[in-house]
Amino acid sequence: MADYLDELDHRTDAADPAYGDTEIQNYTINFGPQHPAAHGVLRLVMELDGEIVERCDPHVGLLHRGTEKLIEYKTYLQALPYFDRLDYCSPLGMEHSYVLAVEKLLNLEVPLRAQYLRVFFAELTRICNHMLNLGSHVMDVGAMTPNLWLFEIREDCLNFFERASGARMHAAYFRPGGVHQDVPLKLLTDIADWLDTRLPRLFEDAMSLVVDNRIFKQRNVDIAVVSKEDALKWGFSGPMIRGSGIPWDIRKAQPYDVYDRMDFDVPVGTNFDCYDRFMVRVEEVRQSARIMKQCLNEMPEGPVASFDRKVVPPKRGEMKRSMEALIHHFKLYTEGFHVPAGEVYVATESPKGEFGVYLVADGSNKPYRCKIRPTAFSHLQAMDFMMKGHMLADTTAVLGAMDIVFGECDR
Amino acid sequence: MGHSAPRIATVEGIADEIGALLGSMLVETVDHADELSFTVVREDLANAMVALRDMAHYQQLMEIAGVDYPDRAERFEVCYHLLSVTRNHRIRVKVSTDENMPVPTVTHIWPVAGWLEREVFDMYGVVFEGNTDLRRILTDYGFKGHPQRKDFPLTGYVEMWYSEEDKRVVYKPVKLAQDFRSFDFMSPWEGAQYVLPGDEKAGQAPGAPTPAPAPPPPPAAPKGDAKGDTPKTTEKTSDTGAGAPADAKAADKSPDAPVKPEHHTDEGKGAAKPEDKA
Repeated sequence: MADYLDELDHRTDAADPAYGDTEIQNYTINFGPQHPAAHGVLRLVMELDGEIVERCDPHVGLLHRGTEKLIEYKTYLQALPYFDRLDYCSPLGMEHSYVLAVEKLLNLEVPLRAQYLRVFFAELTRICNHMLNLGSHVMDVGAMTPNLWLFEIREDCLNFFERASGARMHAAYFRPGGVHQDVPLKLLTDIADWLDTRLPRLFEDAMSLVVDNRIFKQRNVDIAVVSKEDALKWGFSGPMIRGSGIPWDIRKAQPYDVYDRMDFDVPVGTNFDCYDRFMVRVEEVRQSARIMKQCLNEMPEGPVASFDRKVVPPKRGEMKRSMEALIHHFKLYTEGFHVPAGEVYVATESPKGEFGVYLVADGSNKPYRCKIRPTAFSHLQAMDFMMKGHMLADTTAVLGAMDIVFGECDR
Repeated sequence: MGHSAPRIATVEGIADEIGALLGSMLVETVDHADELSFTVVREDLANAMVALRDMAHYQQLMEIAGVDYPDRAERFEVCYHLLSVTRNHRIRVKVSTDENMPVPTVTHIWPVAGWLEREVFDMYGVVFEGNTDLRRILTDYGFKGHPQRKDFPLTGYVEMWYSEEDKRVVYKPVKLAQDFRSFDFMSPWEGAQYVLPGDEKAGQAPGAPTPAPAPPPPPAAPKGDAKGDTPKTTEKTSDTGAGAPADAKAADKSPDAPVKPEHHTDEGKGAAKPEDKA
């Protein structure tokens, strides 16, 4: 009993320290690689002091498939479907950067209808991507219902992709020189109906459950605050940089296709925390719907792909009647087109941020080098400083607000 | 009108401005496809980057890309893509290096460079001097080699799978059931690297070349039946090489044996096939 009283009084023998006098080691845990909130295969090695995160070392690359190396061995057209498989939540956003890079090297003009269709489907992709991200973010911090409702919208989007391209996810719809096929009028009217009725009803219903919810705010407000200076230093882009209060949107600043004809607003955050990033995405969905409606109003009739037969293959019906078309069809689907030597860096505003393609051409039919700039790489790297001093349970909120997909991060 | 890629505002005299700013650090300026590339001296990279960030207002480092040119003396090129959100402009800064010469790090200028440099190191083996955390990033733990180099094969050297016997993942030299199919699409009129069949004499001087002496006629087969010289004939089923009938039913020639209906190709069908929709 005397020992125990001494111990309570902090009188201990230095040679035999009692519990509480020893220096407690920080605790290191593995988060992932198989964790439902890791959004794929992310391994976070976290050093914890109690429940406070001291250090956070993300290990990526578990989904590395060597996409850039494979592209060097494929023709320019064969390389395109790899881009669908990078960020498999927003496939057309990835294709957009690539086709624009190829067109820039070729200096190829794209017909107006194709440009409208691309913007139209790129915005549909943005809605589709944000549905997944907003839903999973909400679910990671504890709410189930909104996710199920948002997945309804996502399912609609995927059905529209299927009707346009034949594939629900990996569309391969954008091609150098335009888009692969024209869309039926019924699809456009159906999407217009959907934009007017189903999307706002489902989306606003789901958001009304979340945005003013006390639990949701407690989990997100003032979590992982990133200042403007930090956002610039860490190479943020997309909703992450806008959530940090910098009104930077490539669609506005460096417009591509027909974005310069579109009228839309760029939302920015005011508190620079996870809640702001969430709300920026919520507003982007509404702005995307606005852009899509403008596209539907203004979209002209006309060809959907360039008539440059040295780049864009002729349609099958034409191929059956014209010898010249048959030759072009055969050559373009075997050898592919040659791209003049040069190098370009083309970045577009993908739903997750700046998605860039640095394409080096050597004049042959295959890219010499195709460096893909993923959005997730710089965001995930900032995880360490964003998590410092936060609780372990905030990890999922921070990850959810980053919107990371490992197909794109690991390439 | 041209392409519809992101239209970046042209800043008047930006090339001269940056040229003056970099001064002796600048090696070469290339303006191609509305994009400016500045090659700088490798040792001065960090100074040049500080100048570009602070004096020329390129606040963001978006990307570091390695490129491998095996023919050059310094085979690797490291390309830094900078973005100015205030001037709304992008430039590219390049340095060249080889396997041994280190490139100064820019992690103290932009912390985002940490992972980007790690990736270039992982993929090309370029060493960044001053980067304190230069680990591999995308490849496997314990990976050997630098996969983006042009001399690294597409298939790699090692394959792995879960071995049921060892109850663990095993690593073995890569064995492929089928070689990688690489087709040569170069037109024979535009410099194919091989001799086309029938083109063997194409390189000879014009004019009729001396005809090669005719080959001696084959020795006439003796009229008599000599062993080993009989022309190949198939008179009996045993000569066909097909062996004995394996299926008992096939050998059954009785009339009540089930007769398989014969398939006739309908000649009219091919033409009447509906044409593929475009």
